[in-house]
Amino acid sequence: MTDLPKTLFEKIWDTHHVAQTAGGAHLIAIDRIFLHERTGASALKSLAASGRAVRDPARVFAVMDHIVDTRIGRGDDTLMPGGSAFITETRAASQAAGITLFDVNDRDQGITHVISPELGIVLPGATLVAPDSHTCTQGALGALAWGIGSSEAEHAMATGVLRLDRPKTMRITVTGRLAPGVTPKDLALHLLAEHGAGGGAGHVVEFAGEAVAGLDIEGRMTLCNMATEFSAMTAIIAPDDKTYAYLAGRRYAPARFDAPYWSSLSTDEGATFDREILIDAATVAPMVSWGTSPEHSIAVTGSVPEGPERAHLYIGLQAGQAIAGIPIDAAFIGSCTNARLSDLRRAADLLRGRRIAPSIRKALVVPGSSAVKRAAEAEGLDRIFTDAGFEWRASGCSLCFFAGGESFPPGSRTISSTNRNFEGRQGPGIRTHIASPETVAASAIAGAIADPRELAR
Amino acid sequence: MTPFTTLSSIAVPLLRDNVDTDAIIPSREMKSTGRTGLAEGLFAPWRYTDVAARVPDPAFPLSRPEAQDAQLLLGGANFGCGSSREHAVWALAEYGIRCIIAESFAPIFRANCIRNGILPIGLERALVDSLAWQRVEVDLTAQTVTAGNRTTAFAIEEEPRQMLLEALDAISLTLKSFPEIDAWTAADRARRPWIYAGQSA
Repeated sequence: MTDLPKTLFEKIWDTHHVAQTAGGAHLIAIDRIFLHERTGASALKSLAASGRAVRDPARVFAVMDHIVDTRIGRGDDTLMPGGSAFITETRAASQAAGITLFDVNDRDQGITHVISPELGIVLPGATLVAPDSHTCTQGALGALAWGIGSSEAEHAMATGVLRLDRPKTMRITVTGRLAPGVTPKDLALHLLAEHGAGGGAGHVVEFAGEAVAGLDIEGRMTLCNMATEFSAMTAIIAPDDKTYAYLAGRRYAPARFDAPYWSSLSTDEGATFDREILIDAATVAPMVSWGTSPEHSIAVTGSVPEGPERAHLYIGLQAGQAIAGIPIDAAFIGSCTNARLSDLRRAADLLRGRRIAPSIRKALVVPGSSAVKRAAEAEGLDRIFTDAGFEWRASGCSLCFFAGGESFPPGSRTISSTNRNFEGRQGPGIRTHIASPETVAASAIAGAIADPRELAR
Repeated sequence: MTPFTTLSSIAVPLLRDNVDTDAIIPSREMKSTGRTGLAEGLFAPWRYTDVAARVPDPAFPLSRPEAQDAQLLLGGANFGCGSSREHAVWALAEYGIRCIIAESFAPIFRANCIRNGILPIGLERALVDSLAWQRVEVDLTAQTVTAGNRTTAFAIEEEPRQMLLEALDAISLTLKSFPEIDAWTAADRARRPWIYAGQSA
């Protein structure tokens, strides 16, 4: 009997399939669980209150990233009112449960989806869940990694499995190569603009094709990060030599990647997907969002299209206006989307020897992890940023979202290397434009939304 | 959790696409590690003209007199997108919402609804629109939505349906499968020892 060709998703799903329930759902084994302080204490406390224990604490990790202060020299106090309770309660609950915690000032602290790959916690062919929608980032390592709610996190901790309906599959093949100055973030925004914020609903997306294979691991993480903005369950990229080279020597990774399972982790020739999308990489330009959903994105050389009235009203831009040249008040480089070392290097390349415009009232760089911060400092990137007029911070999610503490100056229009431009996401009334770190840097220098390719020339 | 069998409610329209969980419950309204006290912050940026003083905006659908005691919300496409925060669903449940009928749902939000006794129903947009401010009868056993003399069937997977109908606790249910999970884990330990190895030497 010959095995039918399978997609990469199907191989991981089948490997983790424990049983089918009477109601037709599937029990899928979960290899790794990651918590953070925003919701981790809640899940751990609720689990303990129900008299249940964490089934395998060795495979559960927690980190302080969401609301920790990012000012240098921080402790448990937060700018978010009442935030320190989230930290102290997560710490206490993690210790009580016996799980591994990367605490506020641990040298391995950082944003969940930055440190999990850095530490080799996520592995090709593994399943990983976290109560955080951007867990899909980690699919870049060839894992099936997806975001869940708190109840599901409790379920996974107590039982080692989740009850799932089988998702549909989609392959997004990106042919050719991204043009110079065009980044994985631009590719993700291009996809959202073309296919909508609900375009991936119900699907696990496999990114494939020459342009995807050509990305480094950090770029792949940026691309997969935005899969939740596409409403996909998650995204995944087949592991290759780059993946295994990236993971080699990481603390929690195996010493060797030579098991047959790993060599099987790709979609078989002839395997079929429920849906296929083709993108020609050459058609992708540097992108920036104009509205209040990531799908409201256009080429930085383009004009604001006709969109929902509410979006125009909130963002204060009219159809037909050129997006380049719109004055901005603030700039932010950070988040699980774009705050890894390569992101900071590319932004610093544009900022070296330059200053941000005097009209910029706040400009922040927040490294994705404490390790990224140290590596950047070792290369002198921190000085490039501070010389240019950016503030250099300690690692965390920071102003990717507003938690009630720090924000941008009231009424600011902000350009941000983050993933969400929702109404109020970065603070009440704050107008957010999402873009690549390069576009953020170029715009900060210009004091207005700008095409980074102009500077690079 | 309360079993969901039938519901009769005025359907309150929030017929926008991509209603995100930041709008349903902004991060700044998540003030403790508990799951209660969230209803007041529900839709805070849209529901209040002054969020700090909690001054209601009479134009917001949930603030209108007809919406008093409503348990049914209508939404557009991709309802509940964005952050995975289950607080969005806890806030809705605490406010009294038991059912959301929308063109489509974001996947994490939809799963969170089912775990908290809120029935998510996906219907064609024109049908959703036609239900605005109608009294709607929802019957989960029959899988129907009725407004006036028009009855429409809706689809839902069997397991979520049973979970909602019987207010089942998913963890308790899964614990019954422990023999299978243990057997699978024992076999997997042999197959993929590195998953269980922890820190490598």
